[in-house]
Amino acid sequence: MSTSTSPSETSITELDRKLILATQAGLPLVSDPWAELGRQLNLSAEHVLARFQALQEAGVIRRVAAVPDHYRLGYRYNGMTVWDVNDDRITELGTAVGELPFVSHCYRRPRHLPYWSFNLFAMVHGTTREAVEDKASQIRAVLGDACQQHTILYSSAILKKTGLRLRR
Amino acid sequence: MSATTEARRQVPAAILSPVEKILINRLQQGLPLVRRPYAAVAEELNLNEQQVLDSIKKLLAEGVLTRFGPMFHAGELGGGLTLAAMRIPDPDFERVAALVNGFDEVAHNYRREHELNMWFVLATETREAIEKTITAIEKITGYPVYNMPKEQEFHVHLHFPV
Repeated sequence: MSTSTSPSETSITELDRKLILATQAGLPLVSDPWAELGRQLNLSAEHVLARFQALQEAGVIRRVAAVPDHYRLGYRYNGMTVWDVNDDRITELGTAVGELPFVSHCYRRPRHLPYWSFNLFAMVHGTTREAVEDKASQIRAVLGDACQQHTILYSSAILKKTGLRLRR
Repeated sequence: MSATTEARRQVPAAILSPVEKILINRLQQGLPLVRRPYAAVAEELNLNEQQVLDSIKKLLAEGVLTRFGPMFHAGELGGGLTLAAMRIPDPDFERVAALVNGFDEVAHNYRREHELNMWFVLATETREAIEKTITAIEKITGYPVYNMPKEQEFHVHLHFPV
């Protein structure tokens, strides 16, 4: 296999695609995982590691980490808390909500009136429903009078969970 | 087959050793990108490399961890990603869920307690494919899809302390 990719480039290359395909099920659990990937892709360990560093620097890889099954850790309730926040304050307040340590994801999304008037989404998890509600009330306190209304959508069934996958 | 959340709530929480708890907390934050990353984590935590590797394998085998590896930022991969919702009457819910889940582009799909009761993530290899997929879902199900792509990202850091 030949590749002209230099490890310092940050756009997604054919090599990156191969690295993603080789690791989307997981990083090799061996002492030097970069060397193991290098063996699979016919690259040096240094090249693989440099590419991972570049991809993480560019934000393509958020981090290389463990993803727990939150139910098995006792976090049985996932609440999608949604908030109707004044548009002119959403950047400031979204940032503040995102900084709360228990908020796992926080996004601004479009409203769909009249069915959906919420523009700020913050996902929280708890071992009980009360724990989720307590966290929501802390978000409420941060938003103050810039928030017109809010609700919490609990999941009642996981219909599908395959995760993001590139096709081979 | 849908695993109901009620059924998942009956699954007892895993019983974890002190070492496993420390590792789960540490490894959710990200592996250092160095030549021997597991040895580096082991040194930080006063463990040895083999303990770290064996514990990760055991936690994966037991399903306490669903995955260990790079977490990709889908938007930065050049593909499309969005959250979408639908409002499906109860008698029609199962039929529509099966149709929606039949799309490979649907990565997650959750039933939620709200008038908008079906919430799914669409991930596509190109940005343009999002609109096409939404149109196809509307056509095959007969219900409108409310597209809610992220307009701003304030934070993504899934961390469950144990």
